[in-house]
Amino acid sequence: MQSLLTPFLFQSAAQAITPILLAATAGVLCGRVGVFNLALEGQMLVGAFAAIVGSYFCHSALAGVAAAMVATAAFSLILGYGATIFLGDPVVIGIGMNLLASGLTAYLLRVIFGVSGTFSDPGVVGLGRITVPALVGVPVLGWAFARQSAVTWAAWALAAVVSVVQFLTPVGLRLRGVGEQPEAASTLGVNVVRYRVIAVLVGGALAGLAGAQLSLGAVSVFAEDMSAGRGWIAVVAVMLGRNNPLYAAAACVLFGFADAIGVNLQSRGLPNQLTDIAPYVATLLALVVTHRRRVRTS
Amino acid sequence: MRPLLRARLSRERLRPPPVILAIAFAALTGAALILASGHNPLNAYVEIVRGSLSPAAWPDTLNWATPLVGMALAAAIPLRGGMVNLGGDGQLVIGGLIGALAPVFLPVPGAVGAAAGLALAALGGGLYAALAAWGEVRHGVSMLISSLLLSYPAIGVTSYLARFPLRDVSTGLPQTMMIPPNARLPVLAEPLNAGSLLIAAIALAVIFIDRRTSAGYELRMRGKNSRFAGYGGVRLGPQAAWAMFFSGAVAGLVGATIVLGSQFRFIDGALLTPAYTWSGLMAALLASGEPVGTIAAALFFAALQTGGFAMQRETSVPRVLTLVLQAIVILFLAMRRGLGRRA
Repeated sequence: MQSLLTPFLFQSAAQAITPILLAATAGVLCGRVGVFNLALEGQMLVGAFAAIVGSYFCHSALAGVAAAMVATAAFSLILGYGATIFLGDPVVIGIGMNLLASGLTAYLLRVIFGVSGTFSDPGVVGLGRITVPALVGVPVLGWAFARQSAVTWAAWALAAVVSVVQFLTPVGLRLRGVGEQPEAASTLGVNVVRYRVIAVLVGGALAGLAGAQLSLGAVSVFAEDMSAGRGWIAVVAVMLGRNNPLYAAAACVLFGFADAIGVNLQSRGLPNQLTDIAPYVATLLALVVTHRRRVRTS
Repeated sequence: MRPLLRARLSRERLRPPPVILAIAFAALTGAALILASGHNPLNAYVEIVRGSLSPAAWPDTLNWATPLVGMALAAAIPLRGGMVNLGGDGQLVIGGLIGALAPVFLPVPGAVGAAAGLALAALGGGLYAALAAWGEVRHGVSMLISSLLLSYPAIGVTSYLARFPLRDVSTGLPQTMMIPPNARLPVLAEPLNAGSLLIAAIALAVIFIDRRTSAGYELRMRGKNSRFAGYGGVRLGPQAAWAMFFSGAVAGLVGATIVLGSQFRFIDGALLTPAYTWSGLMAALLASGEPVGTIAAALFFAALQTGGFAMQRETSVPRVLTLVLQAIVILFLAMRRGLGRRA
């Protein structure tokens, strides 16, 4: 166990946490206003693809990130309007959006880049890592954050911003009101539909950022269905955190470490087919354990 | 009042059914996508229809439809009771692996080995799916999410088994040993095999249970209003477990029929690439789990996907377009009416 807690473990955990944390923050934002967002997986995939497209054609990682956020926010219009004025079931819409994202990105991959499976090109500019000199060599925090992309920093900052906005500002009060008592909020003059749509669109932009981290973060490559279940883990983090961004972030840290430990075991010769399942098993166990405790305390 | 009412009624009657509207909307959106990628949408659609519905293409369409209808039924069984099984992929690979191993390792004659493979695959897939129901009833873990999360360990472990301990070392590929010829499902007419008959029999059984038995009635009642069903004396916990068991059993059987009928061994990833689970789930969602509608939707999707191969061959429009069309149909319909209740 001692030899497992290396600086590298913390670094790879911080890297694994980033996309899940961003997606979970997006999910919390939607959940708070009463829209169950099951489409995080597809939103991340759209973001990952748009990031590659933006970066490839503009030769800039920033353009890639911007493209990811805009494209995913636009994609989220389906959920934003579908679950509000079109009265659709968010579960069906979420499943449909995930499949649409999977098919659409695969289609565009073939049409735009003429390849199937994976796409990488020297023309794609990845997100550079930022070295923070003050943190280099500092145990734990430094191991995790001394050399990470700007998106990792943004993920934590955004989680903090969403927490502050939700619990300490008038806008946050209205957001919570829209989620908990839409009729009451509406009576007080809050436009419920508008709040829901905007929350879903902002969430979409965050999920797009998560996708950008996937495709432009560690290696600059897009692979079909590369979100690979991370969106679903984020959905679980939202459920575990009961729409509280801080609890959801804690759940993301757990999954990130499970993922990193899996990668670590892989480097010791365990086959990756087995180590890849670590975050999912951790997720299932977390669901069981937290429910037990909830029952006992109530 | 009277004329107004009559006007509204006739307008209701004139309004095209939502499914037709959804397909038309998907076709138009797809046409825009094809145009934008520099191809002729009309040619593409003609090839889809010719490649799936012309008499020469029927066997291929039916062959593709077999697993798709199976997975659609697997999704429809719990959906009829308002539950969603997202873990079809996991149950499919468990069934596939068991179906591939039983005839090779059990010391019984060929046909018995195949039958044992099918039965054990159904049992394995069913028990694994029931695990998700047990998690919800006993531990309050939402089945929607746990069924999906359970999929990943199943895929990982079967993939590991096919790559390492159970790999056929005479080939360099991640696959298990070849099933002996006498343990394979009999061929009806190339490429159709007895697996199609098995799935058709299951389809009839599901329709019969849904319409003619009290178990089917109770499940439908739960789908409409689970609290009312519980108040009326339905034991909700065991019902959820049984619905998931049968769902997973059908998924496991589908895996075993593919392995015993056409692939003759468990090949890592081969059961998942065609995404039968997701197309099947979409077909079931389209019909809200009603069996006849689900089967019709699954046949429609199968025709679309089979036609997609012809389209890709003849017009070089990528066939993943058909998945996009399917998703648009579902999203369009989701906007017009919900699932009935939230899962």
